[in-house]
Amino acid sequence: MAIETKIQLKDVHKAFGRKKVLNGVFLSVEKGQSLVVIGGSGTGKSVMIKCVLGIIESDSGSIQIDGEETRGAIGKKRDAFLNKFGMLFQGSALFDSLPVWKNVAFKLIQAKHLPAKEAKDVAVETLAQVGLAPDVADLFPAELSGGMQKRVALARAIAAKPEIIFFDEPTTGLDPIMADVINELIVKCVKNLGATTISITHDMASARKIADRVAMIHEGKIIWHGRKDEIDHSGNPYVEQFIHGRGEGPIKMQIKRD
Amino acid sequence: MNSNLSSLAHNVQTRLLGLLQLLGGTFLTFVEATGQFAFFTLRAISHVFRPPLYFRQISRQFVDIGYYCLPVVGLTTLFSGMVLALQSYTGFSRYAGGAESAIANVVVISITRELGPVMAGLMVAGRIGASIAAELGTMRVTEQVDALTTLSTHPVKYLIVPRILAGVLMLPLLVAVGDVIGVFGGFLISVYRLDFNAANYIDQTWKFLETIDVVSGLVKASVFGFVVTLMGCYFGFNSKGGAQGVGAATTNAVVSSSILILILNYFLTGLFFGAK
Repeated sequence: MAIETKIQLKDVHKAFGRKKVLNGVFLSVEKGQSLVVIGGSGTGKSVMIKCVLGIIESDSGSIQIDGEETRGAIGKKRDAFLNKFGMLFQGSALFDSLPVWKNVAFKLIQAKHLPAKEAKDVAVETLAQVGLAPDVADLFPAELSGGMQKRVALARAIAAKPEIIFFDEPTTGLDPIMADVINELIVKCVKNLGATTISITHDMASARKIADRVAMIHEGKIIWHGRKDEIDHSGNPYVEQFIHGRGEGPIKMQIKRD
Repeated sequence: MNSNLSSLAHNVQTRLLGLLQLLGGTFLTFVEATGQFAFFTLRAISHVFRPPLYFRQISRQFVDIGYYCLPVVGLTTLFSGMVLALQSYTGFSRYAGGAESAIANVVVISITRELGPVMAGLMVAGRIGASIAAELGTMRVTEQVDALTTLSTHPVKYLIVPRILAGVLMLPLLVAVGDVIGVFGGFLISVYRLDFNAANYIDQTWKFLETIDVVSGLVKASVFGFVVTLMGCYFGFNSKGGAQGVGAATTNAVVSSSILILILNYFLTGLFFGAK
């Protein structure tokens, strides 16, 4: 079977005022693959996936999903392309005015116009997949702990069975045990769906768990790209410094945002 | 001596340049902000006319503005009408006769043309404008707005269109009710405190009232409703950087919509009554 490229970024640039955040990003992800992008804070990881989604407009370059250019897509074309996506946000980003089940079934109700009863059934089913009991469905997000919110957010990301899922720092702010539980759930859910995923993280334990391939971003460029098992002998001083968390090395930490 | 002078000249030159730079920078920021605001406004309006519309959201906002603002608007117009009657009595009683008909006239015209829409507009700016800015601002900084996009829901359609529609359509309704309550306030004072004849007061009120008084007030209300909800949405939607950013957005929304209401009120009055 030929290898299908699901997501392809070519020479993507983005600057905010004078600050260049993305400086020519090249990246491709094959269908069904799980790519983890690692990199320090403020290196452009979040901006990169927001550019793919079109939440932030990139300045130049090419972004293709299933071989179709998505930069500047509007109307039906953009709707169709957004329908393929699910995303787990760093702070969960649950809608606090809606109960858990309406959060999980949001896309099914608003975009796919499923009747409320059916949507709730799907929501409860999806909640079960992430290990939450049916009675959680009627609670509000503010009543849940951080770990449970993360599970609900994961359920919301997968409920509409997306082809592509983005995970933005899925384990940030969780204790190591809960982080591992979430990692396990991500791996399981992604496998069930057969989805293609990009995760961004600076948590190496998480990266090792969910990745097929790893890419490292630094100063708006992908500086290393390889299989998960290659990461420990990449021969790249930047990657070495990052995965071992050393203060000394070629990466100089920016103290101030500019 | 010479070198002193030249260093002075150099100093003056750099200061002047600095000043010019500051002026130019401020001007550019102003132009950019104006353009951004105009673009936002046009985008919001264009989405009102393009399906899908989220009717559940729209009805929620209708109730929020049309129903929950009633007590505040009712109280302010009631006391405005009462004060008007009292003040005009102390003023008009200096002239012989005519106080009775003059008070009914002053109350009904002031309430329907000016105080009804302006008071309601300012109250709704404080109540609804602030809450819109705070709610949308919090949704922005916690990435809920971005989450809407990833859930195939257009944030402008889902969040902004219902609020603006509710402002434009519900504020005239509020003002219509407020008008009645305000006139009633004037009536209460005139009849129970100043001992005027009740039937006569009502008769005078009807006699003086013209359609244009009420219509101009309702049109103003609609414009103010647009301004309040638009400002709330604009500052909330574009807020940045956590709690402080949301606080700033709320302040900006209330202050700018209050000022705009007062300025627009002048021009709308000129438009309706200036030609005469």
